[in-house]
Amino acid sequence: MQNFPIIVIGGGHAGVEAACVAARIGVRVALITMDARKIGAMSCNPAIGGLGKGHLVREVDAFDGVLGAAADAGAIHYRMLNRSKGSAVWGPRVQADRKLFGAAVRAKVAAEPMLDVIEGEVTGLRVESGRVSGVSMADGSELSCSAAILCTGTFLGGVLFRGEERFEGGRIGEGTASVLAEQLREVALPMARLKTGTPPRLDGRTIDWSRLLEQPSDSDDWTMSPMSSARRNPQVFCAITRTNPACHDIIRANLSRSPLYSGAIDAKGPRYCPSIEDKIDRFGDRDGHQIFLEPEGLDTSLVYPNGISTSLPVDVQQDFLRAIEGLENVAVAEPGYAVEYDHVDPRSLDHSLQMRGLKGLYCAGQINGTTGYEEAAAQGLVAGLHAAAVVKDRDAPSLDRANSYVAVMVDDLTLHGVSEPYRMLTARAEYRLRLRANNATTRLTPIAANIGCVSAERRDWFERRQDARAEMEQCLEQVYSPVEMRGFGLPAPDDAGRQSLADWMRFPDYDLERLATLGLVPRGTDPGLRDEIAEDVRYAPYVARQDAELRELRANERVQLADGFPFHKVPGLSNEMVERLTGARPETLAQAARVPGVTPAAMAALLVFARQREEKSAA
Amino acid sequence: MTSPVAGWLDEALVLWFPGPDSATGEDCAEIHCHGGRAVIRAIEHALESISGLRRAGAGEFTRRAFSNGRMDLLQADALGDMLAAETELQRAVLASAMGGTASSQIGEWREAILAASAAVEQELDFSDEDEEGVAPAAAWRSAVETTAGEMRAWLDTPSVDRLRDGLRVVLAGPPNSGKSSLFNTLLDEAAAIVSPMAGTTRDAIERPIAIEGVPFVLVDTAGLRKESAEEIEAIGIARAEAELARADIILWLGPEGEGPENVLEVASMIDRPDHVPKQASAMGVSSETREGIPALMQKISEVGSGLLPQPGQVAISQRYREHLSHAREALTSAADSEDLLLVGESLRQARHDLDAMLGNVATEDMLDSLFGRFCIGK
Repeated sequence: MQNFPIIVIGGGHAGVEAACVAARIGVRVALITMDARKIGAMSCNPAIGGLGKGHLVREVDAFDGVLGAAADAGAIHYRMLNRSKGSAVWGPRVQADRKLFGAAVRAKVAAEPMLDVIEGEVTGLRVESGRVSGVSMADGSELSCSAAILCTGTFLGGVLFRGEERFEGGRIGEGTASVLAEQLREVALPMARLKTGTPPRLDGRTIDWSRLLEQPSDSDDWTMSPMSSARRNPQVFCAITRTNPACHDIIRANLSRSPLYSGAIDAKGPRYCPSIEDKIDRFGDRDGHQIFLEPEGLDTSLVYPNGISTSLPVDVQQDFLRAIEGLENVAVAEPGYAVEYDHVDPRSLDHSLQMRGLKGLYCAGQINGTTGYEEAAAQGLVAGLHAAAVVKDRDAPSLDRANSYVAVMVDDLTLHGVSEPYRMLTARAEYRLRLRANNATTRLTPIAANIGCVSAERRDWFERRQDARAEMEQCLEQVYSPVEMRGFGLPAPDDAGRQSLADWMRFPDYDLERLATLGLVPRGTDPGLRDEIAEDVRYAPYVARQDAELRELRANERVQLADGFPFHKVPGLSNEMVERLTGARPETLAQAARVPGVTPAAMAALLVFARQREEKSAA
Repeated sequence: MTSPVAGWLDEALVLWFPGPDSATGEDCAEIHCHGGRAVIRAIEHALESISGLRRAGAGEFTRRAFSNGRMDLLQADALGDMLAAETELQRAVLASAMGGTASSQIGEWREAILAASAAVEQELDFSDEDEEGVAPAAAWRSAVETTAGEMRAWLDTPSVDRLRDGLRVVLAGPPNSGKSSLFNTLLDEAAAIVSPMAGTTRDAIERPIAIEGVPFVLVDTAGLRKESAEEIEAIGIARAEAELARADIILWLGPEGEGPENVLEVASMIDRPDHVPKQASAMGVSSETREGIPALMQKISEVGSGLLPQPGQVAISQRYREHLSHAREALTSAADSEDLLLVGESLRQARHDLDAMLGNVATEDMLDSLFGRFCIGK
């Protein structure tokens, strides 16, 4: 029997990151997929990044991950969302040519010497004495492993809905992993169902672009990964159109034919990305909803209409589309559909995304109830890092809510579970002033280097960057008097007193470019780093105010509740609290504080009990 | 009541309070027996022989009530204060805190801030990506300002710490100006050494007293002399100056207008022919004849009442006051900021401070204060 220390099941964004990061760390990995040509496929929107999601891409990239670099390789349109707001909530987003993106992902996978791609369907997990020991394949063969990472997306028990039609599968035209789903139910994984949807794909040659507002790609030259030196592909524009009352009437008249309304689907979909039927039903007073028409690639005429995912019957899709400006003669290349699928209750996972009740089994991506490539990739990274750290006997990466969106997501999922597909939002990160998309590498590359998953090239780049930062920061610590500053032609009131250049930076008219021109700070610093340092200075007072809070958080993180903490034995905990805590299984007191509905009194009781327990075990 | 060992003990009233509606949230029983010491001792002895039954630790019932969710942190704190209350004003003010008025108001503020946060976050996370349901800009701003204003009213209310610890009334003046005599007269007991020798009182001496239900700490100081020789006296003088800095009310017995600012001018020893007279507004007293003493006490009580929270007002302790003050500053900066990101951060910090007041953040600090007051964990 062939043995791989780690087996990754599924070649989507989660599977690719999990397999690649483990391979980068030096662990032999098998990536099992039903169709190797579909590795890196984008099932829905051909876009990577966005609000909150862009942070995840940059964080995965800081570990030398695949997603950011592949996004740049495929990018045909760049847009920085939220640019009018503070930089901590900027959302870098690209649209990618499907083929170029997929090819870039497959090239990355092929280039990993420790990674083998195996085509086939996994039909079961082999479990020996409470641990995963291997997988069985549809062709009867078996592979052994010490860890299996499930990244099956919507393929577990996936059912597609389009009007009255039903298909089994995780994506249109592809099969489902129903045998595996059956077996997972047998090993008693806590499962539930969610739904998501996708819009019809349009033939761009039948769209009247001349009537629509164009949205060009950003003119500046930022990239998703700082390692991508430049934009490679020709940039295309998107266009904006809107639904209208006539279009709404058609949809409303056919609501009963949508599986969402006929009762065929009762699983919950994402509130953040509702279907057009939902939008019209829930926001009945609105006379239109924006649609972004996004080209799917350079050598295809397919267009993705962002904002109108639907599972209405094909004829209704065609009718309502043709009521929209610019789409009067549109041809539908592939109708939209909804997919209902199995997911694992993520509260059954620990912070390494390992199943608590079945050691060696990790789950990452949409299987955990999330939505989005970025969320999936980030979870794949976490599962791959932890599984590889165990194999290599290295310390697990120290990710927490104060250093990454990745950890925010994992913490939310494993403590709160999901009631709808989970999507990253900047509002979920309480320390977001520290967690900017543009400082992801500063926050995380040292952790990545420590566990051994970054290339020599990135390590050198990072060290040079840290040197440049140190040089810049040294200059910013220099103290100047108001007279000296005025000597440089900068406004400086006398009552400001002598202060560091960093403090002067908080006055109007000071920016690093000007200071560089005056010779006060080094010239030629990479613009990304310069922006990052300028923001560090700007947010410093707010960040400093969080320090006490963080000390408290980390103190509470040191109070261990893991290893079958007997919540039912804590004096003074009501049955309700015991139930909530047992359901969420927080590993530390800090996590317990984030379990919804846990009262201050319960927290006090927990702390008292945990302290006594520690004293007893120490004695 | 009978004991298997000692036989008949007493005829007693036994009350049974089933949980969770009891004071602590647990099953409780009370035994009302006859009051003779031997009777109580015999019953206690009999109870001690029951396995698993032991004496309650200090404040243990409060701790259990807290950990069973029967009271929140603010209420537990107020109860601690109320149990220690000596005067009627202390009791009356703390009773309203015990009732949970403060907690429910903080809860309302928290909700208001949360609603504002939601509006701001929606604008941050969705306005550029999706146009659905974006809240009208700045509707949250007035809510934040209103909340900050309401917090201001609480912060303007005198602190409960002075109510608990007593207002500090410091007697000050040069040596031999009659401070210790007045101190003793006011206490009506001889606690300080009264000596004609200049500079005998080297330490500040303090005694708690109540005048018309208002708690005070009366403080006598060493003579305040500018030209002191002895080092030990200099130390005494430094302490006196520190006392003056902490004082709520200063009774100035020295020459008129030569004391620190904001003093109550007192003309002492008015029975002596050689006393230095002061203006009519000053309080004239004689420790010898007690002339003017009732009027002085009346005055101290009047001034003191104005410095303390009154029944019905929300009185909060210094610890809570700091959190509230931070929360208010954060709200003010949120209302003034144009950068939504910083608004979001300020609102989050304000929520964090309110959470800390309600005990929603289980910090070691919070628990330490409970451990200290109620001896948790015995």
